[in-house]
Amino acid sequence: MTAAETLFEGPDAERAGPVLEVDDLRVSFPSEDGRVQAVRGLSYRVAPGEVLGIVGESGSGKSVSSLAVMGLLPDSARVTGSIRFRGRELLGLSDGELSKIRGRRVSMVFQDPLSALTPVYTVGDQIAEALLTHGRGRVSRQQADRRAVELLDLVGIPNAAARAKAFPHEFSGGMRQRAVIAIAIANDPDLIIADEPTTALDVTVQAQVLEVLKTAQEVTGAGIVIITHDLGVVAGFADRLLVMYAGRAVETGDVHEVYRRPRMPYTLGLLGSIPRLDAAQKQPLVPIEGQPPSLTDLPPGCPFAPRCPMVVDACLTEEPPLFQVDGSVDATGDGTGHRAACIRSAEIAEREPDAAEVFGAEVIGEPEIAAVPRAEREVVLDVADLVKTFTVTKGSVFKRKVGAVHAVDGISFDIRAGETLGLVGESGCGKTTTLMEILGLEELMGGSISVLGKRAAELDKAGRKAIRRDMQVVFQDPQASLDPRMPIGDVLAEPMQVHGYPAADIAKRVPELLDLVGLRREHVGRYPAEFSGGQRQRIGIARALALNPRLIVLDEPVSALDVSIQAGVINLLDRLKAELGLSYLFVAHDLSVVRHIADRVAVMYLGKIVEIGDVDAVFGAPRHPYTQALLSAIPIPDPVKERQRERIILEGDLPSPANPPTGCRFHTRCFLYASLPEERRRICVETEPALEGSGDHSDACHFARSRAVVEPMADDHR
Amino acid sequence: MVTLTEDGATPGGSPVDTSVAAERSPSRSRLVLRRFLRRKPALIGLVVVVLLYAAAFLSPLFAPWDYAEPDYTAFLQPPGGTHWFGTTKIGEDVFAQVMRGLQKSLTIGLLVGLISTSLAAVVGAAAGYFGGWTDRVLMWLVDLLLVLPSFLVIAVASPAFKGQSWLIFVLLLAGFSWMITARIVRGMTLTLREREYVKAARFMGQAPFRIIAKHIVPNMASLLIIDATVTVGAAVLSETGLSFFGFGVQPPDVSLGTLIASGTESAITYPWLFYVPAGFLVVFVLSVNLFGDGLRDALDPSAAGSRKRDKKVKKGKTGKTGTGAQA
Repeated sequence: MTAAETLFEGPDAERAGPVLEVDDLRVSFPSEDGRVQAVRGLSYRVAPGEVLGIVGESGSGKSVSSLAVMGLLPDSARVTGSIRFRGRELLGLSDGELSKIRGRRVSMVFQDPLSALTPVYTVGDQIAEALLTHGRGRVSRQQADRRAVELLDLVGIPNAAARAKAFPHEFSGGMRQRAVIAIAIANDPDLIIADEPTTALDVTVQAQVLEVLKTAQEVTGAGIVIITHDLGVVAGFADRLLVMYAGRAVETGDVHEVYRRPRMPYTLGLLGSIPRLDAAQKQPLVPIEGQPPSLTDLPPGCPFAPRCPMVVDACLTEEPPLFQVDGSVDATGDGTGHRAACIRSAEIAEREPDAAEVFGAEVIGEPEIAAVPRAEREVVLDVADLVKTFTVTKGSVFKRKVGAVHAVDGISFDIRAGETLGLVGESGCGKTTTLMEILGLEELMGGSISVLGKRAAELDKAGRKAIRRDMQVVFQDPQASLDPRMPIGDVLAEPMQVHGYPAADIAKRVPELLDLVGLRREHVGRYPAEFSGGQRQRIGIARALALNPRLIVLDEPVSALDVSIQAGVINLLDRLKAELGLSYLFVAHDLSVVRHIADRVAVMYLGKIVEIGDVDAVFGAPRHPYTQALLSAIPIPDPVKERQRERIILEGDLPSPANPPTGCRFHTRCFLYASLPEERRRICVETEPALEGSGDHSDACHFARSRAVVEPMADDHR
Repeated sequence: MVTLTEDGATPGGSPVDTSVAAERSPSRSRLVLRRFLRRKPALIGLVVVVLLYAAAFLSPLFAPWDYAEPDYTAFLQPPGGTHWFGTTKIGEDVFAQVMRGLQKSLTIGLLVGLISTSLAAVVGAAAGYFGGWTDRVLMWLVDLLLVLPSFLVIAVASPAFKGQSWLIFVLLLAGFSWMITARIVRGMTLTLREREYVKAARFMGQAPFRIIAKHIVPNMASLLIIDATVTVGAAVLSETGLSFFGFGVQPPDVSLGTLIASGTESAITYPWLFYVPAGFLVVFVLSVNLFGDGLRDALDPSAAGSRKRDKKVKKGKTGKTGTGAQA
């Protein structure tokens, strides 16, 4: 870190005291139904060099509160309370005065790195701009340019001098986020606010970016506020945690304390609602029922009371303040101890209940068919050597072929009755293309797809339509997958109308479907916009179930949902599978969810399956280096474990599928390859490894050896 | 205990929790009708159009003058007496003429609006949805019609139409006013067909034209309805231009368009000659607009005030429903 030391002053003693003090911050916005109280009395402090994690669902006010600190809220917002940065009150400062602080002493990293960079300037120029704006007269253009290159180097962009001249679109998502971090630390800030900095990125890239943020924090000595909905991300990174609900802090304290001994039912539920990668056997997932309250006219009492399983009458009369949790030490006296806003936190402390116990969740049983050995079960979907290439053309009048993108390059798998296959991989690995090929049932470029023993390519139009009955789809975005102009009664009826069900049967089936997914029968006449995200996803699932299919293809069905809602939908899918004996093809990038729901898993890399097998075998003892890296990149919501884990950080980004590496496609990023002697490396570069293995676990690596990257969870965990 | 509902009926909980009376599963058409009937301005618009029709066709029964019968005792009389809206320079009764003109112009306007917009919707959506050769051929046709000067074509073809029914007008006017809309519709279809609900319909085996009818066109309803109402007004006026070529509405027969055209020159000196037919056109187009707005809001679930029930029962929930949906 010698280069870094010359770049930054580092933390110094003279700047002691909290960097940021927020006191009783209240933010409200006007709306048609009265003022939305987005933040209602939030107080926190950030010490120099401290990482504060703010966790909450969407709409909990976590982003609004940080935008208030930056002074970036729209004029219509009413902000009261106090925000002191290094003792100086920020509220009430003019935009011009704030601009002197913003970007120099307080900087921000946004969620979407693409829209955070201006497309028409080079990345180097944008970093230099941050330096020139705040160092006018003191920094020359050349100095700024040189510094920009140094900063890019610091955030781990290879060949920084050349890449500084590149435009944002030439960078991948992870590199863009690194560049944004470089801009954020350019002026050696005292405080960095990171608003969901990794949400838009792939897991492997997420691990890289978190590392960069850590480096940034070390070299600048800045305090960091990291806002996220992912309890895993903050577990390994934050020092203190603040859980927000309905515009208020409901629990705050040392990160170990909060994870180990949550004292507010909401925190307890949140921690119980995330599937864990390190769960040896199936853990019950805790669904938190209901939705966050509307912030326009909150009823008196605890805002979480309507969803809380531990609610008593006293909860409904007054909103509890943050109580000091018994046993925790408030050493500094400034409220940094472990505090929770629950009148029953003492009881929770006494009983130390399990989240599943409080919320009443249980493991959903296996379907009956699971007792039959796999080989004897019917093959529902069989994909053999599937190939899909997209041609790249050039020229506008006379199009000529200049290359081909091998999106899917010869993959094979099968799904048996009552089984869930998880298909995982980074974005761009061909997961979605595979799905679309299976669902499209069109002429294939190579290979074959059979559904229930019928080869799709050999079918006529009527036969294809018949197959569609048995194979249904649930999409990722529940907002986009329902026609906004159709009442849900019509949405559910549509597949049955297409397949010629009589009207009387349809009228009977629609309410049945709503019951099945836990919605009310009266809702038939409502439009999708009147439902919450989780409910809309249930409607999507109900539509898929309408025709009694055998196979449901799920394209990231829970990734667009909030954590607390996600658990409910996963439980629903689990239950439907057990009750109806369905088979799922489950595409996801969240390996924890896959571990929870899938029986078998296939890992894809650049259009190829690199490892496939039983989920416990693959996750417990991954053999392919890519699977190992992927698994090690998934954060585990356990601060102790997360800090002890050895993380395999993959270098660089996914190579372009238009020009894949020779031999083993993974060798350009492979840590195993890097450690091999020269003569063995040649095998990796020259020969493509075949997918082979023993039992139900195959991998495609010349030098595979299993390596446990996720330690199984101890039994005594909550 | 595993509970699968995530919407307990809770105070301040889900916006969809406001209880509703059990109702028979209403299909989209019935729901849209119910929402339309809830809108006062739209109903007023509909009633005015019906009244205009009634007046146009029933007024000869009670009006004191006939449109083709000049009153040689009263040239350029201002409104009053038996000439309710005054007379022209050759003594024709303005009221009778306007009513006679309305008979045609109402039908011309409405039919042209309807036909041209439907044509645009079908051609544009088909081109956008199917892509490939269908797209290329249809768009070639659209571009061709766009570059051809429509008046010239009509002028060349007019001898063939001479003496034909004025309904030919409707087809000609509609035939030359749909192309730009078709291009816009095609562009919107290109984005709509990539939506997941369209893909979902495709993967469940829905036929392409049914997808267009059920999912694509309803989602462009706002554009189409606005386009139709604008075309109604434009058609009434451009019919004047076509009359110039000597077919369709010929003197002594009149239409609202010809009345306005001939009244323009004396708008200052003898204002009733211009303002009376122009006023009727404004009333007509305005009520069509009101009707169109109501239909658009009835079709669009996110339109404000579409859930009257919620508004009355619990104020402060409607907006949250809308915004919550986007969150």
